[in-house]
Amino acid sequence: MSIKVSVAAEDYATTQVPAWCPGCGNFGILPAVVNALVTLQLAPHQVLLVSGIGQAGKLPHYIKCNVFNGLHGRTLPAATAAKLANRELAVIAVGGDGDGYGEGGNHFLHALRRNPDITYIVHDNQVYGLTLGQTSPTSDPGYISATTPRGAYQPVHPIALAIAAGGTFVARGFAGNTDHLAGLIGEAIRHRGFGYIDVLQPCVTFNRVNTFAWYRQRVYDLASDGHDPADREAAWQRAQEWGERIPIGIFYREERPTFEDNFPSLAGEPLVKRPIDPRAVGPLLEDFK
Amino acid sequence: MAGEITLTVGGQAGQGVQSIGLTLARAFARGGLHVFAQQDYESRVRGGHNSFKLRMGPRPVMAALQETNILVALDPLSLDVHMAQLTDPGVAIFDGEKTQVAGPRRGYFPVPLERLAQESGGNRLMQNSVAAGAAAGLTGFDFSIISDAVAEQFKGRGPEVEEGNRRAAQAGYDYALTQFGGRCDCSLSTMAAPKRLLLDGNEALVLGALAGGCRFMAGYPMTPSTPILQYMATKGAGLGAVGIQTEDEIAAINMAIGASFAGVRAMTATAGGGFSLMVEGLGLAGMTETPVVIVVGQRPGPATGFPTRTEQGDLEFVLHAAQGEFARIVLTPGTPEQAFALGFRAFNLAERYQLPVIILTDQQLADSYRTIEPFDLSSLQIDRGELLLDAPPDYMRYRLTPSGISPRAVPGLSSAVVVADSDEHAEDGHITEDGAVRTAMVRKRVGKLELARADIVPPEHYGEQHPELLLIGWGSTYGALREAVDDLRADGVSAGMLHLSQVWPFPNEQVQAAMKAAKKSVMVENNASGQLARVMRGETGLAPDGHILKYDGRPFSPSEITTQARRWLR
Repeated sequence: MSIKVSVAAEDYATTQVPAWCPGCGNFGILPAVVNALVTLQLAPHQVLLVSGIGQAGKLPHYIKCNVFNGLHGRTLPAATAAKLANRELAVIAVGGDGDGYGEGGNHFLHALRRNPDITYIVHDNQVYGLTLGQTSPTSDPGYISATTPRGAYQPVHPIALAIAAGGTFVARGFAGNTDHLAGLIGEAIRHRGFGYIDVLQPCVTFNRVNTFAWYRQRVYDLASDGHDPADREAAWQRAQEWGERIPIGIFYREERPTFEDNFPSLAGEPLVKRPIDPRAVGPLLEDFK
Repeated sequence: MAGEITLTVGGQAGQGVQSIGLTLARAFARGGLHVFAQQDYESRVRGGHNSFKLRMGPRPVMAALQETNILVALDPLSLDVHMAQLTDPGVAIFDGEKTQVAGPRRGYFPVPLERLAQESGGNRLMQNSVAAGAAAGLTGFDFSIISDAVAEQFKGRGPEVEEGNRRAAQAGYDYALTQFGGRCDCSLSTMAAPKRLLLDGNEALVLGALAGGCRFMAGYPMTPSTPILQYMATKGAGLGAVGIQTEDEIAAINMAIGASFAGVRAMTATAGGGFSLMVEGLGLAGMTETPVVIVVGQRPGPATGFPTRTEQGDLEFVLHAAQGEFARIVLTPGTPEQAFALGFRAFNLAERYQLPVIILTDQQLADSYRTIEPFDLSSLQIDRGELLLDAPPDYMRYRLTPSGISPRAVPGLSSAVVVADSDEHAEDGHITEDGAVRTAMVRKRVGKLELARADIVPPEHYGEQHPELLLIGWGSTYGALREAVDDLRADGVSAGMLHLSQVWPFPNEQVQAAMKAAKKSVMVENNASGQLARVMRGETGLAPDGHILKYDGRPFSPSEITTQARRWLR
């Protein structure tokens, strides 16, 4: 194995051509992920991107690293387990709002309480892009699509949900501010526990309301607005804000034992590096005599 | 059979039916006897009626009989349910001071269980130990072995509890020896024998999996497979394994796949209902060519069905589950020995062919105990197939190779990156829309089934090799089938058994040969429609001459099979 002196953005370059629409918000997220990995000097082989299905689920294909592009909504179980199998990997789960808050909502809740030491980036464009424009769990009330001709109803509030469910790192980024987002992703990867970021990602094809311009007029940075991420009460208040002012940045952060900490058997070598010996079960057989 | 007896413990859920049964089973096994124990329980925590049927003797026993020589009735209902099964002579123990019965009846042997517990152990809760002692007293079996097994059950609860229960068992034992005046014909003596293991199908399977290097398990509790997860999370942890209770079965299989992708041998276990939720994940394993082992413990469906009972109704389901076409392997162990061997083997097969391996069991195998000879661990060989620990920089996960298997690297272990996808993908793992690539990839995924034929576990052909009547079965019916063949042959019938412990890929040649060598063949299945027969017809073009089917949620007894089998002998 060659040891690289330093990691550069070119190391993550692939020949794959993104299958996203021109101008898609995903083009703001892709460099943010790469920049964060380069800043942390993680080599491609040390990184595992796990994704679901949807336009967001394609992101790992455009970054040269280990990739598990699994099923719609099922990123978090696969990512959680991969981390348990090899805790030396930086595991980053990537999905969309339909993937993570609809199909995979149950896994999201349980990942938040378990607190696995992984990162979770949700490309939240408030619409189903890949299936051509249906309402998503985060569509604003009144959003009209072919499946909600009378308009969408009450949306999921992922940030509030994450704080309530025990999230230890709850943040929101904006695809139109790549530098800020790269910083958040870096913080989330460094966070010992479940680093969760909801990313406001304008869909330029289907969502004519929540556009880049719409967001630019509204977003403000929590860090420069005097918010203390250690204050759970304040985080909860900020999570309610939506409309005229939309906060981005870290809402809440705390240190709590990780999911991996629950398994003393994981101490020592990563599971994947341990030798297998069938004779190891010998002592267990004594219980049955 | 001479020298063997059946002992049934009956009572309500929560009364300790299983602990009395298991304590006696352990004691008789340690005394050198062969033991088979079958459990019958309801889907409730308290009340209702449960029973634990224990058959033991000097020769191997593989199934439960319908009749019982000794009945321990912990409640009046158990007398009602089981008296019809009592042999003549036979003995029914119950607490005569608590249970009002209408007059004396053949076999009745009232024992003051609660009073003896209070007098000997100082606690009426020790009445189960009195009952165990009394049942053992009827057999005259060496009390010191019984006493140790009783005490062991209360290990860790303090010397007073252990000693109290020993005294309670002694009181019951002595009471039976001195007060029982009738005939029993149920004496049992210790035998000199090598130490055997007493375990149930779930235990054998999880031990096999651990021997096979499984170090990751995720599951959601569901009868009859829950004990596998519990064992992995407790005892397995001592070997460095991780056992995780997930939010649902969907998470369970996706976790197993995620851990396996990252290089650790991984499994999940459920019943048919939970497997329904896993079907999408099964296809993911097939598409991404990720090795995974899935235990499906069958119980009668559809939907919630008969949650605590047994059936073989999910064979065609597991064979066809998931959209699209890909190879899978389906193993169908019928005994604890096979459960261990196939629990081990499944992980080698899954990695060798990079596909999902389903181990299809059922409640009867999962919950039934049997004494078996200790496993030979020295002969077990781990084979990780084409696992690539040091992948080259230009590594491609789905490379098309002459062998039909793509060498499998694991993320993080070399400087190469590994790309896997549930979308149709090119050799490098990235999404493709190319028809020619699609064709090649389908051919590879489907083609592994043919490759896996090289590793088919051959069916066991027992009894006559050219029989008048060949009984064919799979999975947990093994014991009842084999004893049915023994009984038929003892009656002068030319009979044989063909038992499949692997159904997919189907052992075409062996099945065809065995059927051709038999005059008539009858398929014996614990389901309503003869699912293996349909699979066999599809694979070999051969149909059996008849079916023996049972789908009341209960396992076959040997006599049920022999009675029906005679219909094809005229």
